[in-house]
Amino acid sequence: MSESSHAENPIREAFARHIEDLDTAPFWWKNAKTESYEKFESLANPTRRDEEWRFATIKGLELADVRFAALPSISDAAALVERSNFIEKFSGRFVFGDDQTLQADRLSPELEEKGVIWAPLKEAVAKHGDLLKDYFMKQEADLGSEKFAALHQAFMENGALLYVPKGVEIEDAFVVYNWSINAGSAIFPHTLVITEDFAKVKLVEANLSATEDTAAFSCGVNHIFAGVGSTVDYTLLQNFNEQTLGFQINSNIAGKDSNVKTISVNVGCRRYRSETHGQIKGSGSKVEMLSLAVADNEQEIDQRTLQTHSAPHAVSDLLFKNALIDNARTIFSGLIKVDPGAQQTDAYQTNRNLLLSGTAEANSLPGLEIDANDVKCSHGATTSQIEDDEIFYMLARGIPRAKAEELIVYGFFEEILERISCETVAENARQIIQSKFKKRQTK
Amino acid sequence: MSNTLEIKNLNVSIGDKQILKDFSLTVPKGEVHAIMGPNGTGKSTLAKAMAGHPDYEVTSGEVIIDGENIMELEADERSREGLFLAFQYPMEIPGVTIANFIRAALNARLPDDEELNAPDYYKALYAKMDMLKIDRKFTSRSVNDGFSGGEKKRCEILQMAMLEPKYAVLDETDSGLDIDALKIVAEGVNSMRGENLGALVITHYQRLLDYIVPDVVHVMYDGRIVKSGPKELALELESKGYEWVKELAGEVAAS
Repeated sequence: MSESSHAENPIREAFARHIEDLDTAPFWWKNAKTESYEKFESLANPTRRDEEWRFATIKGLELADVRFAALPSISDAAALVERSNFIEKFSGRFVFGDDQTLQADRLSPELEEKGVIWAPLKEAVAKHGDLLKDYFMKQEADLGSEKFAALHQAFMENGALLYVPKGVEIEDAFVVYNWSINAGSAIFPHTLVITEDFAKVKLVEANLSATEDTAAFSCGVNHIFAGVGSTVDYTLLQNFNEQTLGFQINSNIAGKDSNVKTISVNVGCRRYRSETHGQIKGSGSKVEMLSLAVADNEQEIDQRTLQTHSAPHAVSDLLFKNALIDNARTIFSGLIKVDPGAQQTDAYQTNRNLLLSGTAEANSLPGLEIDANDVKCSHGATTSQIEDDEIFYMLARGIPRAKAEELIVYGFFEEILERISCETVAENARQIIQSKFKKRQTK
Repeated sequence: MSNTLEIKNLNVSIGDKQILKDFSLTVPKGEVHAIMGPNGTGKSTLAKAMAGHPDYEVTSGEVIIDGENIMELEADERSREGLFLAFQYPMEIPGVTIANFIRAALNARLPDDEELNAPDYYKALYAKMDMLKIDRKFTSRSVNDGFSGGEKKRCEILQMAMLEPKYAVLDETDSGLDIDALKIVAEGVNSMRGENLGALVITHYQRLLDYIVPDVVHVMYDGRIVKSGPKELALELESKGYEWVKELAGEVAAS
């Protein structure tokens, strides 16, 4: 045991320093952070007995290895900005490194004139306080990570705010890069998307590690508020290194007749927990929740989803596909909840797992809770194993084993990759998957 | 010896059961040899063991391609060395298109920093598909997924034509084919015959050998070759039946 009372609670100590460093921030902001910190401390760590943490590895979630201390300055910013090149033609780009702004590519004057807001949150706190008061962290985490959402709000200091006013349609995507740089660092990526009536926008978020060998922690949040008739297309490419512990707590609220599509491509992290809540609040809306994950070695990818239909005539379509290699583990736990008034709901939930080894483990917990009587809902989960004879057939054509696995995995993921609306992003997703198999081939 | 496929004293088991017993055979490049024999005699075991299937344990013996023993190599390496196996039951690979599958196989034969030229590749692929009367739409279909028996076998020959092996083993390529499909497959194989290819055609029936006329016929029984001869041997075997093979085997064992 340490003798210093501070050192007994290094997270609280770090939080005190964090608040001190925010001395120019508005009172309400600091106050909300302090409340969040207290909430974080008051909530118990998850246990495996919690339904929301079934099958999950709990060890390590006490975050004892995470350094919440202030991070050293970033020396290779230019190189990281250079590497932030997934999309050449964008409407705006932020490059964050350990939550510091390394590069901010702002709006065109044309979009600015239309009233679009695209700002790093560090700036937005002062400039767009009213907007943040209405929307920042206004979607509850309710899939098990309440404690970590509170931690996120306590420590987050940067991120991207994207606001698109009524009727503004933007073709080129906005892009956010979140680089994890220093060993032991904790980052809290945040993206907030708000669209007014009939607006249309795309956001791509890439979560990456500067190097392969830095153990780090990331706890990110994405919230989407899709206004009436608006269209939001959100893609997350997660390729942290395999030393990283990652949380991603995402939620969207779909307004009347809106279209919301979220796609996650998960390749990295030693252990990754993602929570995705589609809140269908407007009638006639359509929400697509798509995800693919490829896990190898000892990786664990833990996915919890909720589709809440509280308005009639809406569609939600969830498809999560996981490919597992070596001793990887995945967990998919999903629930479709249809409220009494949400008649004529179409809701689908599908989880498909592909095992490429006999020691990988895919857990699947699909669920339905329907309180309306005129709905179409289906859920299904399948886990299939690549047969040795399929691999042998490919080997017998001279295709090396890792390449054979890669081809089969691509084939498996194609139905998701082809739903990424921006071809460049789809290509990036393919490359991230490919880089994983390249690593395997050179092992 | 170079320019031959040489199988030397190959012993192969599945579990405790020995299937191939000191099996030896030589196919010079440029020739087509046929292996005929009753069911359960080890014909498919020979094909799979040569290709490196993990279920078949090679206890001793060598398979030598142009002077190099390939039995220490992995299955994919054997293929890249120039051995091709046309499967009796080709596997379905869902989600992997024929075009991507064959491209991956060809890329695996190139140095690390080289890639196939896509237009040239498709040109070659379409030419071979036309020869085998395979609809070009098949390029975007998953490998063997939902194919008829005849389509699967033509797809095997298409792969063989694209990969241009030094030696090919055709394992019961005639099984499940009607006469029209058989003719197309045979034409495909015949078009590849020549000084750059040696082929070993495994079949249960003489019928295939009307269309792919072999230079040498071997009769196999109980894990070894019991008689070899010119193409007429296939007809003799057809008329005398496999009971005759058992007699031959008795003679071999006694000698």
